[in-house]
Amino acid sequence: MPIVNYASREITCKIVYYGPGRSGKTTNLHYIYDSVPESRRGAMVSLATQNERTLFFDFLPLDLGPISGFRTRFQLYTVPGQIYYRTTRKLVLHGADGVVFVADSQRRQLGENLESLRDLHEVLAEQGVDARGLPVVMQYNKQDLPRELICTTQELDDALNFRAVPSFAADALVGTGVFETLRRTSELVLRRLGAAAGAGAGR
Amino acid sequence: MLDGRFRFDNFVIGAANRLAASAARAVADAPGAAYNPLFIYSSSGLGKTHLLGAIGHHARQLHPELAVEYLTLDDFVSQLHQAIATGQAESFKRRYAGVGLLLLDDVQFLTGRVETQSEVLRVFNALQGSGRQIVMTCDRPPTEIADVDERLISRLAGGLIVGVGVPDYETRVAILRSKCGDRGVRFAAGVLEELARSPAANVRELQGALHRLVAHQSLLETPLGVADVWHVLGTARAAAAPVPDEFEAFLCDLATTLAESVESWRVRLGERIACWSAEGFCTDRLERILEAREPPDLEAVEASFAADAERLRTIEAEAIRVDPRSAGLPLFRDPDRLREAAEFLVRAVASNDPLPGPRAGYRLNDLVRTPENRMAIQGAAAVIEAPGLRYNPLFVYGPSGAGKTHLAHAIGNALKVREAQPLAIACVDGEDYVEELIAALQHGGIERWRARYRTADLLIVDNVQALDGKERSQDEFFHLFNALQQAGRQIILTCDRPLAQLTGLQTRLRSRFEAGLVAEMGIVAGTERWRRPTPVPGGDDAAAPTIESVIDAAFTPVSGLEQVDFDALSRATQPLDLFFFDAEKVVSEWPSIDGRVVEELR
Repeated sequence: MPIVNYASREITCKIVYYGPGRSGKTTNLHYIYDSVPESRRGAMVSLATQNERTLFFDFLPLDLGPISGFRTRFQLYTVPGQIYYRTTRKLVLHGADGVVFVADSQRRQLGENLESLRDLHEVLAEQGVDARGLPVVMQYNKQDLPRELICTTQELDDALNFRAVPSFAADALVGTGVFETLRRTSELVLRRLGAAAGAGAGR
Repeated sequence: MLDGRFRFDNFVIGAANRLAASAARAVADAPGAAYNPLFIYSSSGLGKTHLLGAIGHHARQLHPELAVEYLTLDDFVSQLHQAIATGQAESFKRRYAGVGLLLLDDVQFLTGRVETQSEVLRVFNALQGSGRQIVMTCDRPPTEIADVDERLISRLAGGLIVGVGVPDYETRVAILRSKCGDRGVRFAAGVLEELARSPAANVRELQGALHRLVAHQSLLETPLGVADVWHVLGTARAAAAPVPDEFEAFLCDLATTLAESVESWRVRLGERIACWSAEGFCTDRLERILEAREPPDLEAVEASFAADAERLRTIEAEAIRVDPRSAGLPLFRDPDRLREAAEFLVRAVASNDPLPGPRAGYRLNDLVRTPENRMAIQGAAAVIEAPGLRYNPLFVYGPSGAGKTHLAHAIGNALKVREAQPLAIACVDGEDYVEELIAALQHGGIERWRARYRTADLLIVDNVQALDGKERSQDEFFHLFNALQQAGRQIILTCDRPLAQLTGLQTRLRSRFEAGLVAEMGIVAGTERWRRPTPVPGGDDAAAPTIESVIDAAFTPVSGLEQVDFDALSRATQPLDLFFFDAEKVVSEWPSIDGRVVEELR
């Protein structure tokens, strides 16, 4: 649940970018980092291996400043996609207010996507989180690749989006769909404030 | 002076200003009720002043009786300086005290103006304290205004702060179309849309560009085409379309979502928590309510917290009077510890301000037991045996001279020495009780006064009829009565008439008095009233000297100077009991012989 402090008028949300390895989660965060004015962003923490694959996680704190009188902070995380980093994924996912599932649109990666999606639901279940109540947005990345190599968004929706959550086509390298995805996720997360029971942690 | 051109109906709302416009509309609909103060900030030329004017205009239409004052901070400063220069400072203060809606433009100029800041703070306090509305505009958020008093910053930030962003393309087109409509100007299709793509940083620059197009078209008397726009404006359109600021657009959307999602009651409660926290109060109670699912009765919650906080302040002030070291104790800042604070005061008062005790010289065995007073004396004996357990309260009534005062004080004296642990005995006349209350109200010592009587283990109120018809005294006595009775303390009341004849007594008190033992005392004729001993539980013999010994002591002449005890003279002497000189208490006319015979035959 997003932390809302009505007394000090602060909102803090944690959004986790989930998905299979090399699907473009870190690229999403890099694009956001580059688009956000320096005054609004903290240092992006990225622990990566030499070949730039996320070893632990990426963390990008955003201080969006006063919005509607609330100082709003977003914490964006990515998880390591490789299947053997399950414990790390579980740790990073803990307390997430929203999840962006970044799927690799390449046909040959469909199995990886499905496995990662199943893993997401398993980890959530282990943490006692009802996935139906958690804001999740699908992002179908790498839609810029040749048509013959990728699935269409409709195909991906049919294969992955069985809960009919919002989905976006994206090319994270150039930023297409990156902010749209973040915006929709943020909306879903913030809309829970009104309906949230006990959202006002107060401190 | 409000500009009539600035209205809500000609303010174009887009994603960048939707929240500000909604808040402004809410404030104009119900000044002082929605967001107070409302703080609108944005860069220059984005519609702050328009919104401010619209609020004033709309509020005047809805509430014609409302005093609306619009001015810039510079105007405010000028007025202040002028008032001080002409010695009219008081009339300046009075003028703003009467304002129902204050619209203050460009408050960023508060920077570094110390005397203006303190005057603005004073005006804010006065207006907000009486629930009147303040709306301010600024070119930056309150926290970014440099060199401003922290207290003023917290006031500015205490209500709703909304930003107005740069309008998006669609809003720009809508603004341009609205302006053209106002002026009755028409352009060829696509001209306004092209103009909306101009790199104008704000609406004012956009308006300036529109003016140029309008002037050009009217001078040439030929309609401008899309291709002419950039030529007329003298600026080359950027080779590539300006890269939309994704982040700003993201923020705008987020603001809209947030405004729709956050429940207003939580925001308001949050504001109250921030205010009380700033005053040093523990706000756990309000924070617990904030976690509730359903909106509470906010007015009641706020009023209850405010009342408790005020009570704590009063208790603290009283405690400081008793012991200055009590200042700033944490329990005086926690409304959830109100009871604890009151008990603290009770203890502090008890150790510093002893209760008025019973007058020495009254003993129960000096009263003659007769059919007229048997029940009262038996009741008194039971009270002495088990104070607070059997007859509580003991209400004794009878005509003046029946011995009620004697009985009440005698109980006090007996219990004073009988109990192993010394009891705190308060013995007060009803008249004195009322007078003390009036004095406490007059001098602001009400909590201390209350606390003092709450320390009593035995409370005797002689002549309780003095409370008859005195509402406040009865209210106070009701609470005292309940507090003592719940704690198992004994209460004894005497009255010169039956309860039924106390016509100005509150029903709740009457029922409580009747719940104990109501006993009548009649006049006992003759000197027998003093001479026949009344058996009472052992132990009160040492309570006081006998009547005879008091009379002896009073009338024994001093035989010589050598016998004078100078040490005793330097000590405070016990006041002579005036009981025997009171015409009401002493029988000066003896009954006839027949009467005496009848009395003795009984």
